[in-house]
Amino acid sequence: MTLHNEPINAKKQDNQKKYCRFKRFGIKYIDYKDPNFLLKFVNEQGKLLPSRITGTSAKYQKKVAQAVKRARHLALLPYVTDSLK
Amino acid sequence: MELKNYETVFILTPVLSDAQMKDAVDKFRKVLEDKKAEIINVEQWGLKKLAYPIQHKSTGFYNLIEFKATPETVAVLELEYRRDEKVMRFLTVALDKHAIEYAERRRNGAFNKSKENKEEVAK
Repeated sequence: MTLHNEPINAKKQDNQKKYCRFKRFGIKYIDYKDPNFLLKFVNEQGKLLPSRITGTSAKYQKKVAQAVKRARHLALLPYVTDSLK
Repeated sequence: MELKNYETVFILTPVLSDAQMKDAVDKFRKVLEDKKAEIINVEQWGLKKLAYPIQHKSTGFYNLIEFKATPETVAVLELEYRRDEKVMRFLTVALDKHAIEYAERRRNGAFNKSKENKEEVAK
């Protein structure tokens, strides 16, 4: 009669997989002119996703935030919308 | 004077005729050339839909100019932008070494940009 505690560990296991994609893939510059890439860091309302969800490190989260704000200035990304994706 | 790398993107109102648009772009190029800036790359992304209306217009004519210049040149360029009412919005950005390397790769088509209307108006 095996104890059914396997799924709980499995769930915890998934969370640890979060990583900073910039460190792993060695991306050094985040381009503010490429809205498709920036869409990954913005939720449906066009708001910036926190790094605890995207898993990006603080250094690159600042670069992402700056790039998104520049893209918004150039109207490549909306400031607020209801159906972005 | 050490030349720094800059990149400027500006949006022209869509109501212009092609000739006026070309003149506007050439005007800004001339402003840079007068200040002995070294223009590396000029891109025109053409008419694009804006994410939100600017000056009650929903589309704009995007232009990108990548250049090397002395820091004072940027002030002159931006003054010119502010004077010209055809320009709806502009953004000038200094490029650090990672950005320069990225722009270099982008120019050589490292990222398969599917921008069909991206004509390479290189000097």
